[in-house]
Amino acid sequence: MKFTTPLKLVLFSLALLSSTTALADRTLLNVSYDPTRELYQDFNNEFIKYWKEKTGEDVKVQQSHGGAGKQTRAVIDGLEADVVTLALSYDIDQIAKKARILPENWQSRLPNNSLPYTSTIVFLVRKDNPKAIKNWDDLAKAGVSVITPNPKTSGGARYNYLAAWAFGEKNYGSKEAAKDFVQKVYKNVPVLDSGARGSTTTFIQRGIGDVLITWENEAFLALKEQGTGGYEIIVPPVSIKAETPVTVVDKVAKKTGNLDLAEAYLHYLYSPVGQRLAAKHFYRPSQPEHADPEDLKRFPKLELFTVNEGFGGWAKAQKDHFDDGGYFDQIYAP
Amino acid sequence: MNAISATSFLASKKLTLSDPDWVRYALIVATLAVIGLFLLLPLLTVLIEAFAKGWDAYSASLSHPDALAAMRLTLLVAVVTVPLTTVFGVSAAWAIARFDFRGKSLLITLIDLPFSVSPVIAGLIYVLIFGAQGWLGSWASEHDIKILFAVPGIILATLFVTFPFVARELIPLMQEIGHEEEEAALSLGASGWQTFFKITLPNVKWGLLNGVLLCNARAMGEFGAVSVVSGHIRGLTNTLPLHIEVSYNEYDFVGSFAGASILAALAVVTLVFKTVLEWKQKQEAAKQAVEVH
Repeated sequence: MKFTTPLKLVLFSLALLSSTTALADRTLLNVSYDPTRELYQDFNNEFIKYWKEKTGEDVKVQQSHGGAGKQTRAVIDGLEADVVTLALSYDIDQIAKKARILPENWQSRLPNNSLPYTSTIVFLVRKDNPKAIKNWDDLAKAGVSVITPNPKTSGGARYNYLAAWAFGEKNYGSKEAAKDFVQKVYKNVPVLDSGARGSTTTFIQRGIGDVLITWENEAFLALKEQGTGGYEIIVPPVSIKAETPVTVVDKVAKKTGNLDLAEAYLHYLYSPVGQRLAAKHFYRPSQPEHADPEDLKRFPKLELFTVNEGFGGWAKAQKDHFDDGGYFDQIYAP
Repeated sequence: MNAISATSFLASKKLTLSDPDWVRYALIVATLAVIGLFLLLPLLTVLIEAFAKGWDAYSASLSHPDALAAMRLTLLVAVVTVPLTTVFGVSAAWAIARFDFRGKSLLITLIDLPFSVSPVIAGLIYVLIFGAQGWLGSWASEHDIKILFAVPGIILATLFVTFPFVARELIPLMQEIGHEEEEAALSLGASGWQTFFKITLPNVKWGLLNGVLLCNARAMGEFGAVSVVSGHIRGLTNTLPLHIEVSYNEYDFVGSFAGASILAALAVVTLVFKTVLEWKQKQEAAKQAVEVH
């Protein structure tokens, strides 16, 4: 038996691996949530060009995507993100609190509460809307099958849930009535996927459900990828403003020597190029004047409320609704 | 009942020593249907989806830098884990088959542990140990050692799920063969290593190769444990199975199924190797039988 061959292979592979990591001068890691893949693929290319022109330095940007809760957990457990671009500020608060790798006042560091773009929650239904779904109360009707991810693991799912709750509270007058309403909606949910993209796959690829509650950008992307024939976007009159913040992870960026790069990267999201790309990928830009007017036309006008307005901030919403024993645990029995 | 009527009774009723034809055919058809439905049809779907946009799209998605990086990482993981599990498997089997000691059955149970533990748990234990909030996390980051969300973590998780394969294959084999031949070699003055390489290894080589093959297949295909410790950084810590999931989630069905076709091809190659191994093994056994007589 020859033992030298495997040994050579090991050395060869190790050499290969180290050579690939040494190619670019600096590498930035952006840890993000599910639906931003396409946006950052585009944006990273533009940023690399911009940085090369500005400084002459070649850089690489690496992406990691997954459910927002899972990604947050990974950063807390040591995934070395130079920047995080997540679904909600509560997740970044958790990183600040539990891992202490960025200051707790992170949200005040960048313009517009560190929100280069926002989104909202809409419905995606099958062609010609056979169940005639127009508003949140239609989701609670008997015989309507609703697809939404698990709010314990998915940021988008928490927005979906809170939007339904706020509708219930406003239209039926009390917390108890809202709880009953949301319970009826979740009785109609046959499967809770762990992330937004998983739910989209359930709705489109597996053909389950009459209505998918999802990010506006995710709904537009699904139409674009699947062709407009089979589905329609239904915009409810009132929905929640999905505030999707970004921040530098100071301790990691300092350690990797990427602090200036990370800061420039996030600032570039606010530049005309970044804003135009956000709108192109169906996010609502914070400075619409930089976006292509054609792209902006796609966003319907609707009444939006924030988590702060509706629920007194994420910390309270999380504690009341999603922590163990909260309202979600009380209303949802699989 | 007299003798004559008994024989005529037997003659009138046919003795049935095997199942009737219809049972046999029904069983064969059922087996084929199940294999076709659950194995061949999905395999065919993989190929149809992979080539849905033609050969160019297929080869383009396989030569994408992220796909190449995923394949490279998968190979690296296999190249590191398979020799380690082999060494471990041989030593464990040697210890268990040749020596009697206290806690031997406990050791056998422990070797089997990774088979009975969900791969997700296998990943999570490394998060708990090496994560930034884990036992050794702060020590690792102080010394600038990256384990979790990097290649070492992926290798560790793969090692955990693959390490019983070789040992499990060898233990019963070595117990069955016994140690008369080795004792003979030792009494004739062979050293321990000589005995091992000249007697033990040739005796167990088919089982060993089989174990290595299965271990390799699992190392390349592992998803759960690796998914937990990977961090999913594209082009860096995505193995081929993770790359398939990522592509699928990005609506890149050609890319996803092209990756799947590579893993499916690996499975077919493994099966062919396994068949060849068994065939050779039988031939050798037959040859030895002829020589003995």
